[in-house]
Amino acid sequence: MSESAQPREEVIWLYEKQQKIYPRAVSGWFAGWRWALVWATQLVFYGLPWLEWNARQAVLFELASRRFYIFGLVLYPQDFIYLTALLLISAYALFLFTAVAGRLWCGYACPQTVYTEVFLWIERMAEGDRMKRLKLDAGPWSAEKLLRKGGKHAAWITLSLWTGFTFVGYFTPIKTLWAEAFTLDFGPWEWFWVLFYGLATYGNAGFLREQVCKYMCPYARFQSAMFDRDTLIVTYDAERGEPRGTRGRSTDLQAAKLGHCIDCHLCVQVCPTGIDIRQGLQYECIGCAACIDVCNGVMDKMHYPRGLIRYDTQNGLTQHLSRGAEWRRVLRPRVVVYSAILLLVSAALLASLALRTPFKVDVVRDRAALARLAEDGRIENVYRLQVMNASEAPQRFRVEVSGLPGVERVGSGEVEVGPAAARWVPVAVRIAPDAAARAGAGAHRVDFRITQLAAAGQAERQLDERSTFLIPR
Amino acid sequence: MSDFTNGGWSIYVAALTIVSLIACLVLLAVAARRRVTPGVNDNSTGHVWDEDLRELNNPLPRWWMGLFVITVLFSFAYLWLYPGLGSTAGSLQWTSTAQYEAEQARARAALAPLYARFAAMDEKQLAADAPAMGIGERLFINNCAACHGSDARGSKGFPNLTDTDWLWGGSLADIQKTIAEGRNGVMPPMAAVIGGGENVRNVAHYVLSLSGSPHDSVAAQLGRAQFTACAACHGPDGKGNPAIGAPNLTDKVWLHGWGEQAIAGIVNNGLNNQMPAHAGRLTPEQVKVLAAYVWRMSNGSP
Repeated sequence: MSESAQPREEVIWLYEKQQKIYPRAVSGWFAGWRWALVWATQLVFYGLPWLEWNARQAVLFELASRRFYIFGLVLYPQDFIYLTALLLISAYALFLFTAVAGRLWCGYACPQTVYTEVFLWIERMAEGDRMKRLKLDAGPWSAEKLLRKGGKHAAWITLSLWTGFTFVGYFTPIKTLWAEAFTLDFGPWEWFWVLFYGLATYGNAGFLREQVCKYMCPYARFQSAMFDRDTLIVTYDAERGEPRGTRGRSTDLQAAKLGHCIDCHLCVQVCPTGIDIRQGLQYECIGCAACIDVCNGVMDKMHYPRGLIRYDTQNGLTQHLSRGAEWRRVLRPRVVVYSAILLLVSAALLASLALRTPFKVDVVRDRAALARLAEDGRIENVYRLQVMNASEAPQRFRVEVSGLPGVERVGSGEVEVGPAAARWVPVAVRIAPDAAARAGAGAHRVDFRITQLAAAGQAERQLDERSTFLIPR
Repeated sequence: MSDFTNGGWSIYVAALTIVSLIACLVLLAVAARRRVTPGVNDNSTGHVWDEDLRELNNPLPRWWMGLFVITVLFSFAYLWLYPGLGSTAGSLQWTSTAQYEAEQARARAALAPLYARFAAMDEKQLAADAPAMGIGERLFINNCAACHGSDARGSKGFPNLTDTDWLWGGSLADIQKTIAEGRNGVMPPMAAVIGGGENVRNVAHYVLSLSGSPHDSVAAQLGRAQFTACAACHGPDGKGNPAIGAPNLTDKVWLHGWGEQAIAGIVNNGLNNQMPAHAGRLTPEQVKVLAAYVWRMSNGSP
């Protein structure tokens, strides 16, 4: 606290009315990349549910029957580990990209950015660019204002509902949903999710926009933990730009004592989070590079070299590193560690998927009767095999037991399980009295081998499961 | 409600809840602004800790506070509609039991057309019907397997359902009655009637002889006279009586253990073996399908 100033008490508010941001349209190399990613991600999102595979929807998450179809894969809730691997891959990819090149995800691929970009485009179509929008909002209500605003919201709502519809289409067959849509015949949960997801899209992309990144998103905050001084960030070269000031195209910079920044404020006007990049790295910056695009345009017009605002590292800026030197600094311990983990988890996921048997088995002992005495003094234990068919053709299985001398299965029936179905199969296992006496009373390990009976010419695949065989005293 | 020993506690909890909710609103209003001595042009509140740690003022957007207010309003609406305020029932009169029963009723209504098809079928048709047997298999696993075993072959005290020996009759109607209403098989202690001691041993050997099991033929001869006391239920020839659940003693099915010792124990102490009623858990239609599934196990797959 300054000693010289007279301390003066005042009341401050910890909440304030949010200033609306009117980002100006921008075009250029990085804006092109963002639009490319908008198309790529949204073609996948909107298009994927319509794809067919084996006469069913290619990607369908059936929550009611707990079967998750992803092209040729039929996943069970037991395959949840794949989701864990997917989340690990996503997390480490985020860490890696952020450590190397800052908030790439935020600036180009995050749904919040992508939908905001699309909604802004609609806004521009209806109301015009920044200046026109500012004027329209400041002006009184008129028929034209009503028409422009109404048109914008109509388009936003249509797109939002389509988004909600597509989202639900991943969980309910989208063609059924499409037929239901014409008669407004959705089930209660379908209604809820179409409207909820639609409302979330409308609200987040239409109104909340940068506030999601600034106040809600946890990733935005913890990404700064992955930054270091060799991370590429969107940055303003103050050394080259300052002192800033207006000038003519032919002004002699040395005589006028001016840097390259002409103080046109375009970088502030295009910023979707409303910051001034010339104040340095700020937590609000989502790394969208809109300011780079617009500043390069200005530099071209002024016949100055491009890159007054550019992707650069803090070390690169202060130590005047060449691009080559910056490249050599990419291989830092954290980058290597993130890459190694990413590769490891990806390889593990792919290997696990490739080696996956198209069926699963759980062996569960009967709990009520531990063991029973059968005819001739034989001892029997009963097990239930949960046999899960993770393919879309019926499968037949052979069940064998081993592991304890003299142990054998009662009966030898094969097990048939329908496509993508799961079945409980009771299996009784017995042991002759003399073998039981040799093994002794107590719990013994017993192994179940479940073999898929393959068609001619195909290799048999098998799973081994272990359980316990009890011999009473 | 029986949750509280005294109605006063309900009022206490309700009052505490409402006071807490109002306190949340008051806290929000009070904490939204504060009196500070700001630093000079540094956007700080003037608070400094540890020499250089300054508290900045970066205000949250106002709608964020609106969210806090909404959560409090939501609580009031919830407590009005649903039980939660002390022991009040809430204006919707919602209970988990009623919701469960409504869901059950909906599920039954949805399944009614499926079961309607089975109503007109007899046991042979049901046994040959794949969907019916699929339902039967699942009903059996969920309701019967705990005692009779997953493979339905039972264990000591729990009858084997795959053989042809039936305590209470093996027709579809008998099995339906067994499942729906339950059965209670009672064997009274007979030692006093028979005369105890050696007589019990003799009867046990006579019973063993009925099924041709290994026995002491002298003792069996002596026990023959005492068996008249048993014949009231098990019949003079020992073939049992399905009307009262008296087991057939001439076969080699020994539900409660085999041998002189086991039989003598039962004669001395009696037995009370119960099959619980399932009418409350299963609908009559489910009982029929399940009975057909059980019937098929002892009558061979079609």
